[in-house]
Amino acid sequence: MSVPFIKVEDLIFTYDDEDNIDKHYVLKNLSLEIEKGSFVCVLGHNGSGKSTFAKLLNMILTPDSGKIYIDGFDITDPEITENELFEIRRKIGMVFQNPDNQLVATIVEEDVAFGPENLGVEPSEIRRRVDSALETVGMSAYATHAPHRLSGGQKQRVAIAGIIAMEPECIIFDESTAMLDPQGRKEVMNTISKLNREQGITVIHITHNMDEAVKADRVVVINEGEVFLDGTPKEVFSNVAKLRQAGLDVPQVTELFYDLSIHGVDLPSDILCEEEGAEILSAMLKK
Amino acid sequence: MLKDITLGQYFPGKSFLHRIDPRTKVISALLYIAAVFLCQSIMSFIILLAVTLAMIAVSGVPVKIIVKGLKPLIFILAFTTIYNVFFYTGDTILFHWKFITIYLEGVVFAVIMGLRIICLLAGSSVLLTYTTSPIMLTDGIERLLSPLNKIKAPVHEFAMMMSIALRFIPTLVEETDKIMSAQKARGADFSSGGLIKRAKALIPVLIPLFISAFRRASDLAVAMECRCYRGGSGRTRMTKTHFGARDAVLFALTIILGVSIVIVNIYLPIWVI
Repeated sequence: MSVPFIKVEDLIFTYDDEDNIDKHYVLKNLSLEIEKGSFVCVLGHNGSGKSTFAKLLNMILTPDSGKIYIDGFDITDPEITENELFEIRRKIGMVFQNPDNQLVATIVEEDVAFGPENLGVEPSEIRRRVDSALETVGMSAYATHAPHRLSGGQKQRVAIAGIIAMEPECIIFDESTAMLDPQGRKEVMNTISKLNREQGITVIHITHNMDEAVKADRVVVINEGEVFLDGTPKEVFSNVAKLRQAGLDVPQVTELFYDLSIHGVDLPSDILCEEEGAEILSAMLKK
Repeated sequence: MLKDITLGQYFPGKSFLHRIDPRTKVISALLYIAAVFLCQSIMSFIILLAVTLAMIAVSGVPVKIIVKGLKPLIFILAFTTIYNVFFYTGDTILFHWKFITIYLEGVVFAVIMGLRIICLLAGSSVLLTYTTSPIMLTDGIERLLSPLNKIKAPVHEFAMMMSIALRFIPTLVEETDKIMSAQKARGADFSSGGLIKRAKALIPVLIPLFISAFRRASDLAVAMECRCYRGGSGRTRMTKTHFGARDAVLFALTIILGVSIVIVNIYLPIWVI
């Protein structure tokens, strides 16, 4: 078997509690492997350590102990050179929650160019990358606009274009849809799945939104700094009781089916899609 | 209300002025400003006015936008004009009533002063802010100041700070608006009482604004790190600007403007002020 793209072993991350001498464990013994080209959703309630996990993957934060391998390369090695570190950050792009706080420039295309400029890419190549990145996220028409005049979803797509222009192999979306309205959320989700499908970019999507998690190939639930559940969306969401224990919701349909089956109705527990659920229920009612 | 402020008033386009190296534009703008102050006779003002109007026409920036940009100056403009009309003394009396005497020279001087202020602002903003994106502008300034790198002046950092400040002005203005509305909804009163009371009323606006600005700054720093920012060394630019024929043309034109204004001042001293 080939080397997994991202391999995390026994990751521990702590911070000192302000009024307590005890260390507060954000991550304890987190181990995970992520295949190249996959679309992984990371779920977890607030403070479960999921954002910390994301920031560890490109060494914005340094773990207390444990190993992180990207493409077989150990990035937790204290001997890592600055160039190797920046190469990791190029490979693993990150899009954050607030689109306003990630845009650097006052013109859309200049902002998208920021990453490649930092990498020292040739001007003509930057131009090509900027145009193609804006094309990919569907923002070419706004290339010379000012970002503060755009909607939240559009700003977030510009932020994504800024990452794509660095030609990463993996993009981590750290609650990138959390601040958007339903329309913006839809735009961003479509862009994310397009990147995964058409360009083969590995996507790690951190979210609170269960309906978004359903679209992923794999769902990882992090609770109390550990991997709590891991599997396909169907496998994960059929554990309704366990998810509730971790302070998480399940998609509404799944919840309805779960509650019905508790009350003795014979229903499958792995229904995620509303249409599918509606069909099963109507077939049942007709009987 | 606060959203109406136009800042970083870049007007995208592809005109002759848009395509000139920002460095040339900075230097030309400085020369132009010097030329404005060299104007002393009515003839030189005609030249200046013609050149300014020509620049506006070439830039393709709508006159409406330029007029709007002049609005904040209305008070200064009105004050200088009125002051000069009433207090400038000359030989030709135009109007006399009790203690008010208006001289022809005063009116001419007032008009010229008004025009000087308008040309100064309209001309330099057409040359610079309207036709140069803020990033290009700071980039130009960075490159003009790059010799200072030799004495270890943080030129790149300074330029980066400037462009980030420009980038965040609209965001923070919007935020101020939001916080003010939120405080108003909680019964805050920003529009009554004396100066001190009003200034005090702004404290509950400024504190959340500062806290949020710091949060934004730390978010932005992480985002920039994720986009491989590591200062000026090894950085390339998408739009590589270099001096070309256009730059020589603009540069020559501004020099000609300055020289012709000086010549006209000397040889055609009509209505010298």
